[in-house]
Amino acid sequence: MNPHEHGHEHHHEGDLAHHHDIHSELPSDPALRVKALESLLTEKGLVDPAAIDAWIEIYESRIGPRNGAKVIAKAWTDPAYKRRLLSDATKAIGELDFLGRQGQHIVAVENTPETHNLVVCTLCSCYPLSVLGLPPVWYKSAPYRSRAVLDPRGVLKEFGTELPEHVKIRVWDSTAEVRYLVLPERPAGTEKLSEEQLAALVTRDSMIGVAKVKAP
Amino acid sequence: MSEPALKSSADTALQPIRRAEGEPLFTEPWEAQALALAITLQQAGCFTAVEWAEALGAAIKRAQAAGDPDDGSTYYHHVLAALEHLVQVKRIASADLLAARKAAWIDAYERTPHGKPVELR
Repeated sequence: MNPHEHGHEHHHEGDLAHHHDIHSELPSDPALRVKALESLLTEKGLVDPAAIDAWIEIYESRIGPRNGAKVIAKAWTDPAYKRRLLSDATKAIGELDFLGRQGQHIVAVENTPETHNLVVCTLCSCYPLSVLGLPPVWYKSAPYRSRAVLDPRGVLKEFGTELPEHVKIRVWDSTAEVRYLVLPERPAGTEKLSEEQLAALVTRDSMIGVAKVKAP
Repeated sequence: MSEPALKSSADTALQPIRRAEGEPLFTEPWEAQALALAITLQQAGCFTAVEWAEALGAAIKRAQAAGDPDDGSTYYHHVLAALEHLVQVKRIASADLLAARKAAWIDAYERTPHGKPVELR
């Protein structure tokens, strides 16, 4: 809407209302605080607005759980890669040239018929960004952050994952220094699938450990 | 992990985990900008990833104590609070400077006609 239309609409309310309405709309309080930070940090040469925009674009469109799914599918089809992933995940993931230089140390934990792994960050929201992108809202919520530790079996049930009694659950608390990636079990009946087809089966939730990978 | 963290969030902590399929990464642009600023400052060496996680964890606990639902929906408010806190602790900008700059932006919006680019004087 151009200023004239907007002003005209309220003309009968008098000059004050008119004057008020043709202003640019005032952003919300947090948006103004972010503008304050960004402009100050830019002046100090600590951030480059273009780099900020580029970072957002990469996370919105190019980095996400598809990266992690490729890692998992490769580990399922290439035993040597799986060994490298489990012994040094940061390096093994580095082989696959993903975007984003997070410099994060990542540890891969393998699900087996006896052990199921579940990842949480009890403090805040630490997460393997380079392979999973940004965490879902529930991962950052107080119920998940505390209940994953207090009642992991109950949490899994809420996600529709029921494990037999004998399966041991290990909960991994992520930190700024160590982030975890779950290597889920390859579902039965997928022997003939290609690496690409397998990657399509791997979900974000299965790599956090709240779900299993299902056969197609 | 500290015991008090669990106790202080005991009320919300026992609630069901709210999930939504296909939720957007960010609901407003400032959320993405706040997170991007935090990551960029780490990459610029202004603070470490550990300092960031500690500041964010502390911001979440302060918000919980003040009655925040901490259900994930207010997460970027915590990110912003942690960022403002660290910027002050690291003496990059004082609370007064941040407040003055915010006031300058409000002034800029109020004197800029609708449709024109908003710029600081």
